[in-house]
Amino acid sequence: MLVNKIEVNNLTKIFGSHPQQGLKRLKNGEQKSGILEKTGMTVGVNQATFAVEPGEFFVIMGLSGSGKSTLIRLINRLIEPTDGEVRIDGKDITQMDTTSLIETRRKKLGMVFQKFGLLPHRTVLNNVAYGLEIQGVEKQERYQKAEKAIEDVGLKGYEASYPNQLSGGMQQRVGLARALANDTDILLMDEAFSALDPIIRKEMQDEILHLQNKLGKTVLFITHDLDEALKLGDRIAIMKDGRIVQVGTSEEILENPANEYVSNFVKDVDRSKVLEASHVMKKPEVLMTYKDGPRVAVRKMEEAGASSIFVVDKEKNFKGLLTIDDAIRAYKEKIDLEEVLITDIASAAPHTPLHDLIGIAVDAKYPITVIEAGRLLGIISRVSILSGLVLGKEKDEVTSL
Amino acid sequence: MNYFHFPLEDWTNSFVNNWLLPVMGGFFNSISEVLGAFIEAVTNLLIVVPPEVIALILIVLSWRIAGKGMALFTLIGCVYLGSVELWPAAMQTVAIVLVSTLLSVLIGVPVGILTATSSVVDKIVRPILDFMQTLPSFVYLIPAILLFGLGGVPAVISTFIFATPPAVRMTSLGIKQVPEDVVEASRAFGTTKWQLLFKVQLPLALSTIMAGVNQTIMLALSMAVIASMIGAPGLGSTVLSGISTVNVGLGLTGGLGIVVLAIILDRITQGLGKRF
Repeated sequence: MLVNKIEVNNLTKIFGSHPQQGLKRLKNGEQKSGILEKTGMTVGVNQATFAVEPGEFFVIMGLSGSGKSTLIRLINRLIEPTDGEVRIDGKDITQMDTTSLIETRRKKLGMVFQKFGLLPHRTVLNNVAYGLEIQGVEKQERYQKAEKAIEDVGLKGYEASYPNQLSGGMQQRVGLARALANDTDILLMDEAFSALDPIIRKEMQDEILHLQNKLGKTVLFITHDLDEALKLGDRIAIMKDGRIVQVGTSEEILENPANEYVSNFVKDVDRSKVLEASHVMKKPEVLMTYKDGPRVAVRKMEEAGASSIFVVDKEKNFKGLLTIDDAIRAYKEKIDLEEVLITDIASAAPHTPLHDLIGIAVDAKYPITVIEAGRLLGIISRVSILSGLVLGKEKDEVTSL
Repeated sequence: MNYFHFPLEDWTNSFVNNWLLPVMGGFFNSISEVLGAFIEAVTNLLIVVPPEVIALILIVLSWRIAGKGMALFTLIGCVYLGSVELWPAAMQTVAIVLVSTLLSVLIGVPVGILTATSSVVDKIVRPILDFMQTLPSFVYLIPAILLFGLGGVPAVISTFIFATPPAVRMTSLGIKQVPEDVVEASRAFGTTKWQLLFKVQLPLALSTIMAGVNQTIMLALSMAVIASMIGAPGLGSTVLSGISTVNVGLGLTGGLGIVVLAIILDRITQGLGKRF
């Protein structure tokens, strides 16, 4: 069985003078607001339970005050938990002594912060090498690893700059490089992109997805931005008042909100940015290969009641579209099918967001083809884009072309 | 208001006469000897080295740290000290300032670090600092003579008492001012407490600490005249003899010497602080 990279069980944090008392009340089912009123203590995180698999991009989403920033700090014990356990590679970090805790932070948990937290008196290179330096790694080795990380985040050439000479986006790249240089399996990212302006933020989101793909890190990402959560997360946990109210993939959360809070939340989501081509595409109803010839083509179209047919080769590589008129013409005039095929057809990759397809669909005379590595996976008509936007993911109902 | 008699005076005197002097006398004597020897060594060094060499060092330092104008001022100041025949006295004052500042930094900076990291230490140290800064210096000049005799040692001790608080306070302030997010990020990467202190907190607090050291030096210089009352040699005693013989000219000559020293030392240490 695969061990979860991070496993959080009943993790609770109560801020105040007598956290144990508050914990008792919490376990008796009292609400956060009641405890605050009666004891003056704040419940930061309330019995949170979830697990993150190796290589997963796990996003915790919540508004300010929902306890998400506290939660991520409980995971590397920047804040001491009141109760519960946090298992990193199976080992409970809440029970560790200082030495093992520091060792775990060094070897397993990289972290990126909203406010960057760079050392202003150190150059980019020495900031990135910091984590290795405090572990006593030799100068040459740590600089080599730091250089590599700096290159990975696209900051080559800025090694000798100081943080205050860089823009916000570049500073956060340094923060990211610092976490990468330690080569930990896990990256904790606390609102890492929230302080950046929208264009830079989008750039960084694409970058982190790319890096995560390339390096296979397990990422625990905190954000208050639902669009960001939906874009990045393999799975998303939604937090409210210190509780985790729902964990699921973006589709699950959009389609089956666990409660009213979540459904209110996702109500205004721009589905066109969440849904991808593969979600709304359909299997082409009518398909033919060259060897079928024009007669077969015409008959297939008649059977399906369609006026055109998609043509693929033996390996299912997409060749083009054949209209019924062209098929008849080819039959009568004995022209090769290949010469009457319409090949000028809009196409998209399976992961293209619906958002990007709308513009294409407006101009396209024919359905958009979804093609991966030359093969035709499916087609998207204007109707399916619209229904996708309104209803969500295509539920495999059969629609004729 | 006198509901009862509070015999603080009698208690203090009997404490000093019956315990402090007879029992602790040896301890204070040995401090006195070590410190006295150190002050003498520094003073001798400053007097043995030709004035031109010291002046040149000061001018170059001023030039590199505080600019051309300050270098010119330092040149004029050194020529002034020489031409009023106060160079040896100035070096004696500098020696006492250096030794007491060294003592203040050696004790003040670690205490400042402790007050920044522990609220208990902070609560204990704060009133002591208030005491040191506000208690009229004459009050501790008397026991200083009793315990350390006359001369440079009691002067250094009294100067230390008067001039250490800024070093403590500014160190504490500097460390508390290190941004919380930087400290947090450092901890997240597995920084130990000592690494945090030496790689993060002290480097980031350095310019504030240097501002504290600068203040300590200024306060130490301002003690020069008072310290001369308990036998400290230097520019202070020149001023003092000017006062006691109603010799306005002599007083002004010595007083200007102190001002010249103060400006040179201030600009150099301030410039140093800004470099960090």
